[in-house]
Amino acid sequence: MEIRTKIKAESGKQDLVITRQFDLPLDLLFKAYVEADIVEQWMGTKVLKLENKKHGSYQFETTDPQGNKHRFNGTIHDFSPNKKITRTFEFENMPFGVQLEFLAFEKLSNDKCKLTIHTLYETGEQRDQMLKMGMTQGINMAHNRLEEIVKQIK
Amino acid sequence: METRRDVFQAIADPTRRAILTLVALQAMTPGAIADNFDSSRQTISKHIQILTECQLLKQKEAGREIYYHLNPKKMKEIADWLTPFAKMWDDRFNKLEAIMKKYKNK
Repeated sequence: MEIRTKIKAESGKQDLVITRQFDLPLDLLFKAYVEADIVEQWMGTKVLKLENKKHGSYQFETTDPQGNKHRFNGTIHDFSPNKKITRTFEFENMPFGVQLEFLAFEKLSNDKCKLTIHTLYETGEQRDQMLKMGMTQGINMAHNRLEEIVKQIK
Repeated sequence: METRRDVFQAIADPTRRAILTLVALQAMTPGAIADNFDSSRQTISKHIQILTECQLLKQKEAGREIYYHLNPKKMKEIADWLTPFAKMWDDRFNKLEAIMKKYKNK
């Protein structure tokens, strides 16, 4: 299956760009980022708080397969409906530091749109740590999926 | 526990995957790794041995201590550096798209 999400992470830099095109009208993509019950569905997190406004804040909580709860939060610095969200992102009780995210929402046609997430880390090392985490998580997820498929074959 | 040198066998075990996630963040001594698990040091040490034999972990000596760190080159054998990260986001975004398509047709 083709991966429609592109990641750009140049070596030695401290930022990361994620881009993805959606077969959705722009307002629906934006809605998926601002309505708490929809965010919960696709992010697989509980939304404890989500204030979609300048100087607002958010807090989400996930539960891992072992039942441990992990929270992350941030402050919203800029909020322009159907255009842009600028916010911070930070895991609670984890030594990863805070990251700054610029989310740009762009209309391509009536039923196509594009999301660009530009993330800045405090240092290049922090960025690489997050990538490595994602890498091992990705392997975990791929492996879990494999297990599910194998179970179905049985 | 039987020793295997196959990378995919090595990552099939949840404890070994947890060890990889730990050392991905920083190089660690076997003792520091074992402190994160309820299993005995001996069990964890065997897991470390398997991961080292298939080169997912690399040893680095610092004084009297041995530190283990992730070997990204070997991880590339499993998947390209960024692909799992992209895949994770892609899965999430596919879900978003599916949910919002349903939402539209409501």
